[in-house]
Amino acid sequence: MINKKVNNVQEALKGVKSGMTFMLGGFGLCGIPENAITELVRLGVKDVTCISNNAGVDDFGLGLLLQNRQVKKMISSYVGENDEFERQMLSGELEVELTPQGTLAEKCRAAQAGFPAFYTPAGYGTEVAEGKETREFNGKMYVLEPAFKADFSFVKAWKGDAAGNLIFKGTSRNFNPNMCGAATITVAEVEELVPVGELDPNQIHIPGIFVQRIFQGEKYEKRIEQRTVRQRN
Amino acid sequence: MALDKNGIAKRIAQEVKNGYYVNLGIGIPTLVANYVRNDIEVEFQSENGVLGMGPFPFEGEEDADVINAGKQTITTLPGASFFDSAMSFSMIRGKHVHLTILGAMEVSETGDIANWKIPGKMVKGMGGAMDLVASADNIIVAMMHTNKAGESKLLKKCSLPLTGVGCVTKIVTNLAVLEVKNNTFHLLERAPGVTVEEIKKATEGTLIVNGEIPEMSI
Repeated sequence: MINKKVNNVQEALKGVKSGMTFMLGGFGLCGIPENAITELVRLGVKDVTCISNNAGVDDFGLGLLLQNRQVKKMISSYVGENDEFERQMLSGELEVELTPQGTLAEKCRAAQAGFPAFYTPAGYGTEVAEGKETREFNGKMYVLEPAFKADFSFVKAWKGDAAGNLIFKGTSRNFNPNMCGAATITVAEVEELVPVGELDPNQIHIPGIFVQRIFQGEKYEKRIEQRTVRQRN
Repeated sequence: MALDKNGIAKRIAQEVKNGYYVNLGIGIPTLVANYVRNDIEVEFQSENGVLGMGPFPFEGEEDADVINAGKQTITTLPGASFFDSAMSFSMIRGKHVHLTILGAMEVSETGDIANWKIPGKMVKGMGGAMDLVASADNIIVAMMHTNKAGESKLLKKCSLPLTGVGCVTKIVTNLAVLEVKNNTFHLLERAPGVTVEEIKKATEGTLIVNGEIPEMSI
């Protein structure tokens, strides 16, 4: 076993600097690396580029980094639900690169899997494809999209062990597995760090080879964006 | 009388066939799930990573880790599965999802769709819409026939930035069911009590009317 365990979030984020590019897992506020985000705010690193499907809400998730004016550029597929984001985007303080959701996921996966680029039909004939190479395969047009390059991936899993093996829960899985091993250093925070040997190898979603540092996260808030319920009869 | 949003959803539900995996967009498409016949087997996919979506949870049973693409808390049905975002779009891009139902601001007679951006307004992003429309063979658009200003949303050419080109196959509006083929809109059905004349007036793109047009049965 190769030990990936670090003692806390401070140790896990060692080497994080201003100007770097980060990948952050999560869909909306579901499955976001809450501890890593809190630490990035505390460290106060500036001019960072964030690759994340969404940008959080004003007072939670990536919204906290935006409030603190730490973000130079966001690469996302959908950025509603955030007034401060809107203000910074309209004033030109914040650069935004909107990317189709499936392309965003695949650009992470391509980086993880060692593909420099891939062809996708998404965005062909739209402004997303402007300036990009296109090519026909079997009578249909495709757009060439390069893999992402990032310095750190911050992901959140449900359970993990010191070997870096990860298991996700529900839809909090989303982009997290695709970002593992897609940056120079992958930092995984888990709700429950279990002893090595406890996780069934058949059930592991991400093998530890894709993770450089793992730590037991704390105080998960797991905020719900749209609490929707039905009435009991 | 023109249909309301639930009426549009009811009519679209008839397009959902036994054995289909279906992706529903936000808005009117979400309502379609309420009207699908319960004697057929259908699974709903949500692109954030779940297949086999069920109804909203009972109060007190919400799980922050189980949501749909609209970020609403949901439940899952027996046989459901969770997966990552790349796999989710493998289902979509790889044409394993049989039917995509989504809303639109404009559709052109060549099947182009615009539904993500209005110049001059805050752009929130396309989410998964561009992947969905670029990949699915069977795309149904659910929308009002005209916008709030009374202008047609079925156009010769879209005026708004496109989400995808030549991809829409069918449109269900508050006034009609139309098919998009040979670079024209073909009128298939009228909403109850709506005349062909009314539909013609509300359609800017080329409208083909062949013979008697039946009323929808909903």
